Amino acid sequence: MHIANPLSFDGLGVWIAALLTLFIFSFLYKDNPFYKLAEHLFVGISAGYYVAQEWWAVIYPQCVKPVMNGSRPIMIIPGILGLLLFSRFVPKAGWLSRWSLAIIIGAYAGIKTTGFAQGDLVEQFHASLLPLWVPGHIGVSIDNILFIAGIISTLVFFFFSTEHKGAIKNAAQLGVWFLMISFGAAYGFTVMARVSLLIGRFQFLLDPWLGVARF
Amino acid sequence: MASLIVFLVVLAVVAGILAFLLRVPAVAAWFARLRGLDRRWIFVAVWVLVMIPLLFPLKLPIAPTARAVEYYEEIEKLKPGDIVLLSADYDPASGPELGPMLRSSLTQLCRHKVKIVGDCLWPGGPPLLEQGFNQVARDQFHYQYGVDYVNLGFKEGREAVILAMGNSIPGTFASDFRGTPVTQLPLMNKVTNLSSVKLLVNISAGYPGTKEWVQQASRRFNLKIISGCTAVSAPEYYAYLQSNQLLGLLGGMAGAAEYEKMTGITGSATKGMDAQSSVHLLIMLCILMGNLAHWAARRQGER
Amino acid sequence: MQRQVPLLLTAAIGLVMLLYFFVPNPIISGPGHFFEDAVIIVVAFAIVLGAANLLQFNGEIIVRRGKDWPYKAVLLLSMFAMIGIGLVEGEHYLDPETKFSWMYNTFYASMQATMFALLAFYIASAAFRAFRIRNVEAALLAIAALFVMIGRVPIGLAISKNWPNGVQLPQISDWIMENPQNSAKRAILMGAALGVMSTGLRIIMGIEGSFSRGEGR
Repeated sequence: MHIANPLSFDGLGVWIAALLTLFIFSFLYKDNPFYKLAEHLFVGISAGYYVAQEWWAVIYPQCVKPVMNGSRPIMIIPGILGLLLFSRFVPKAGWLSRWSLAIIIGAYAGIKTTGFAQGDLVEQFHASLLPLWVPGHIGVSIDNILFIAGIISTLVFFFFSTEHKGAIKNAAQLGVWFLMISFGAAYGFTVMARVSLLIGRFQFLLDPWLGVARF
Repeated sequence: MASLIVFLVVLAVVAGILAFLLRVPAVAAWFARLRGLDRRWIFVAVWVLVMIPLLFPLKLPIAPTARAVEYYEEIEKLKPGDIVLLSADYDPASGPELGPMLRSSLTQLCRHKVKIVGDCLWPGGPPLLEQGFNQVARDQFHYQYGVDYVNLGFKEGREAVILAMGNSIPGTFASDFRGTPVTQLPLMNKVTNLSSVKLLVNISAGYPGTKEWVQQASRRFNLKIISGCTAVSAPEYYAYLQSNQLLGLLGGMAGAAEYEKMTGITGSATKGMDAQSSVHLLIMLCILMGNLAHWAARRQGER
Repeated sequence: MQRQVPLLLTAAIGLVMLLYFFVPNPIISGPGHFFEDAVIIVVAFAIVLGAANLLQFNGEIIVRRGKDWPYKAVLLLSMFAMIGIGLVEGEHYLDPETKFSWMYNTFYASMQATMFALLAFYIASAAFRAFRIRNVEAALLAIAALFVMIGRVPIGLAISKNWPNGVQLPQISDWIMENPQNSAKRAILMGAALGVMSTGLRIIMGIEGSFSRGEGR
């Protein structure tokens, strides 16, 4: 058992991290000042981290540096548009920030439209054109039929331009069943994800902090 | 076959006993009272069932799934000197799931003497990628920074960064993680844009991540992509696997453990799987007991 | 000026990004590349704006000694400490031996990971208190969830490794993921794609322009 040494720089970091971990876990009992302290500390540290990251990873190398050394003076335009975002703090000049938002919204509208069209709609539709009968492979044939039925019935469920009655209603009901299986599977995976994160924290407490196991 | 029959018989017997017991008023009343159980008892059960298997491992068997094997095989196809883009699009919140994937992927890539260009679309990612590079590429395989691997760090902009990289990677990342101009890094002289890259290994925690790489780069720049992702996002990516937009997938800590088994590593994912199993059983039990309590209370109400 | 110029800008930039996908001509791709680079910078400023908003909001509470003001002071102090250390340490701020990296590992990484780990407890509690099987739909959801939960972990393999091939728990879990789950998810993907595309086109055509109507607070 090798407990972290709080007198070393790294060991002190492990001790603080472990105590903050326990502070946050204390919320499981009930809300308390230790949790609140950790919560606010987390928000502050995160915000500070993001600002430093954005400065050193983007604003300085992509905008300030190329403008200052003259290698790409045109980057002053996005720099000014970025600064205009702060006009939101001045009520009378707040409308200026809309120009900056225009570039963000316009660019992403274009990027996402083509991305979803090519990546999701066309490719997914193309991959759904499966043979319903594969000679010699009865299992694959059944799977393909089920797969196509699942896609069509789920799409029918989301199609609200026609009233759901008769055959449409039955198809939509089948779609609901497929959706429920899909949500159930997603739930199972979500459980797995959350439990994994908890395991990670316990591995931290047991290994670098208390030193009772090696992970 | 015999074990399946035994399992089904046991299941039927347990269901029968429960159905019978629920007809006994005292037992039904006990189940009905369970509805008022303080949730902190469940928290304690979770705590214990994570802690015990971590301290006293059962070493349950792990078998790789087909999608994890595909992930492994895609990296096996690489030749020495090939350039791979490793996009570590995650932060510490997903570390227990994705950290083991990053380390195992780096191990397999380094075994094949592949050149690695690393980047991050998540602001919290660069230190994690750097730790992975230092532990595996530098310390275990003696990779040389700038020659065998590069950490380009983080760039804000999500899909816009992917598109910009499709045009020019050095143009998008003018300097690396340490602020060194990429023109001074020999490896980056061989990298122009995404077409210089043989394979994208994407370690993804959500948005931006695998979905965005697939949408923006897989067909537009003919980029081959494999993904190690969080369990939460894995179900959505099965659609991309079936359409061959993704060539391999590791889903969550289970996927990481399967991959560790294939690469011959006994890492934190493998060691966490016993605890994962025990808490899954607990949650299944919670669903069962919660419903029994509900049914018992309803029967009592009917009476 | 206040409303029309932003709408015009949005339409022009959106159109360029759209055409840039279809027309590989420098007349279009040149501005397209510029807008890619430019939006990266503007979005970075937007993140800084978020921090400034945090400062304004919490600063007001501290000044008027509002509820939990000492915690808000901790929040702002820690934010300034992180920014200050990051800026002072320069471009090497993320090297493993820097104070900024130490702060990252000690505070940011540990607390972020724990915040998300808390959810495991609540998901277990919710499974007991809220997961009710009341009809066929809920039963299908529960069955799929149970098979996936047991099939994706080693205990599922341990229980069923001697069962006939094809009905072992991991195989059932995989089949659910690859077939019924996948087909419904694909339909959702296709529907969502149509939704995003129509919204994108509405923005580019100026029909959807709520951002240009007012700032608010």
